[in-house]
Amino acid sequence: MTDRSTAAILLLPPDGVSGTRKALSMSLWLAALAIPTLVPGYTPLANQMVVMILFALSLDLLVGFTGIVTLGHAALFGTGAYTAGILALRLTNDPLITALCGMAAAALVGLVTGSCMLRTKGLAFLVLSLAAAFMLHELANMASSVTGGDDGLQGVSFSPLLGVFEFDFRGHTAFYYSLACLFAAFLLVRRVVNSPFGWSLRGIRENDGRMRAIGCPIYARRLAAYVMSSALAGLAGALQAQTTQFVALNSLSLELSGDVLIMLILGGSGRLYGAFVGVPLFMFAQDLLAKEDPANWYLGQGLILMVMTLFVPGGVLGLVERLRRNLGRGGRR
Amino acid sequence: MEIKKSEWGGETMTAIVTVLFFGVAYGMILYLISVGLSVTMGLMGFVNLAHGVFAMLGGYAAVTLMNQTGMSLFAALPLACLAVTVVGFVLERTLYSRLYGRSELDQVLFSMGLILISMALVRLIWGPMAQPVQLPDYLKGQSLVGGIELPTYRFVLVAFGAAVIVALWVIFERTLFGARIRAAVDNRGMAQAIGIDTGRLFAVTFGLGTGLAALGGALGADVLAIAPNYPLHYIVYFMVVVAVGGLGSIRGPFIAALSIGLADTACKYLLPEMGSVFIFAFVFALLLWRPNGITGKR
Repeated sequence: MTDRSTAAILLLPPDGVSGTRKALSMSLWLAALAIPTLVPGYTPLANQMVVMILFALSLDLLVGFTGIVTLGHAALFGTGAYTAGILALRLTNDPLITALCGMAAAALVGLVTGSCMLRTKGLAFLVLSLAAAFMLHELANMASSVTGGDDGLQGVSFSPLLGVFEFDFRGHTAFYYSLACLFAAFLLVRRVVNSPFGWSLRGIRENDGRMRAIGCPIYARRLAAYVMSSALAGLAGALQAQTTQFVALNSLSLELSGDVLIMLILGGSGRLYGAFVGVPLFMFAQDLLAKEDPANWYLGQGLILMVMTLFVPGGVLGLVERLRRNLGRGGRR
Repeated sequence: MEIKKSEWGGETMTAIVTVLFFGVAYGMILYLISVGLSVTMGLMGFVNLAHGVFAMLGGYAAVTLMNQTGMSLFAALPLACLAVTVVGFVLERTLYSRLYGRSELDQVLFSMGLILISMALVRLIWGPMAQPVQLPDYLKGQSLVGGIELPTYRFVLVAFGAAVIVALWVIFERTLFGARIRAAVDNRGMAQAIGIDTGRLFAVTFGLGTGLAALGGALGADVLAIAPNYPLHYIVYFMVVVAVGGLGSIRGPFIAALSIGLADTACKYLLPEMGSVFIFAFVFALLLWRPNGITGKR
C-alpha cells in the first residue's frame, strides 16, 4: 500500500448493491440482535458462531479475494487468543485493551511470517504455512509455564466491558460484544474489498503476472492483505478467549485451520457473506453428526468438501446465485 | 524411543550409532511414502495433500492380513501394496483426473475431503485405536551390533527399503517407462507431441506412487503408528519432504527424507523437550532460500 489506495479505502462508499440485498442483509443483522431475547438458551452457541464468522471472514480476505491459500490460519487466531488470555492472567483484564493487544500481536506475527512466506507461491507457500503454524503450536505446547501447555489457559476472567457490562453466565454481554466487533470488522472488510485496493487484490488473484505488468506492487499488496487478515483473525481469537474464558492448545491446531477453511468454502468464498452462511451450516451439521460418533462428522466434512469442489464450486451462495440466474429473475451480472 | 547404553563403546559412540540407525530407518520410511507424491506432483502439478491416506491404507491392509489370517510379513507386504495400488489407480481415473487444471484451492479442498473421508471410514472399520503390529518371533527383540543393542526389525526395514529404492532408481533412470516419466515432467506438451500417452502415464505413475506409499506405511507401521488420524498427523512431514526435495525428482526427496529423518531423531534424542521446532525452523529457512526445493530451479 504505497500509493493512494490506503486513503481510498476510507473514503470510497461501497459499490451499488441492489435494494433487496441491502434489505436482506439489514434484516439479518437485526435478527441477530434479537437472538438473546428470542432463544436465550442458545446465546453461547450464537456467540461461538459470531466468533467463527469473524475468523472465516478474515480468511475470506486471503482465500476469496487475494487467492492466497493457507493451511495455517489458526496460528493467527491462536496468537490472538493466547495474547488476550496471558495478558488477562498477568497484566490487565480489560477486555478492550486485551482484544487490541491480541489483534496487534496477530498482526505482528502475520507481518513477520507473511513477509517471509509471501515471497513463495504454490507448494512452498502451503508447506511454509503448515510449518509456521506447526512451530507455533509446538512452542505453545512447550512453554507450558506461560501457556498451560496441553491443559490450556484456564480460569481467564475479564473485567466488565467499558467498566459497566459484566460478562454474565447467560452470555448476553459476550454475545453483543462479539456481534459489535463482527459488525465493525464486516464494515471494514466491505470497504476494503470494494476499494481500488480490494480490486487490485482480485486482480492479483486472477492473474498476478498481468497485475505486475501494469505496475501493481504485488508483494506489498499481498502482504497488506495478509496483515489485515491476521489482525482480524487475532481479534476473533481474543474474542474466543474473552467470551469462553478459556484458551485451548487446539486454537493453534491444523484441525482448526482446516475447519475454518471448510466453513468458508461451504458458504462461498470471495463473497463477503460466505462466512455468514457457511459457519451456521457447518455448526448445525457438526451438532447433528458428531453426536453419535466423531467418525460420522469426518465423513460429513469430507463429503461436503468433495461435493463442493466437484459439483458446487462457489459454495451455497454460488449455488443460490446460479439458481437465480437460471430462473431468469435477474441476479446481478 | 528406548535407547540402551552399553559399557563397551562409550556413551557418545552409542548415541551417534543409535541416532544414525534410527534416523536412517525413519528417513527411509519417509522417502518410500513421499517419493510417489513428488513424482506425481511434478507430473500433474496436482496439490495432493491426501497422499498419506495411501500409506495409512497400506499399513491397515498389512496389519490386518498379518493379524487376522496369520500371513507372514513378506507375503502381506506385496498384497497390501497391490491392493492400495489398485485403489490409487481407480481413484486417479475416477476423481483426481477431474481436477487436473483446476485451481490450487480446489485441489487442496478435494484432497482434504479425501483425508477426512478416509479417516472416517478407517475409524468405522478398525476403531479409533492404533493398530498393534504383531511381528513374527524371529523379527522381535534386539540384535547386538558392535556392543549396541538395536531392534532387529529395523534392520529388515532398512535392508528392504534400500532394495526397493535401488529398484526404483533403476526403473526411473534406465527403462523406457522411466524415460517417459522424466520427459513428461520436463515438458508435458513436448512429451505428448512425440506420442506419449500422458493420461495413461499419469494413472500408472499415480498407482505406483500410491503402492510405494502403501509399502512405506506397512513397513513403517512401528515407526509411524497406524491410527485413523495418520494422514493428518504426519501430513507436515510428507509435504516437507516433497517441498524440500523438489517436485518431479526422485533423488531430491531421498536427500530430504534422510536429512529430516536424521535431524528429527537427533533432536528428539538430544533435546527431547524442544520437540520438532528446530526441524521446522530449519525447513522454513531452507524453503525461503530455495522455494523450489534443493533440486529445483532457483
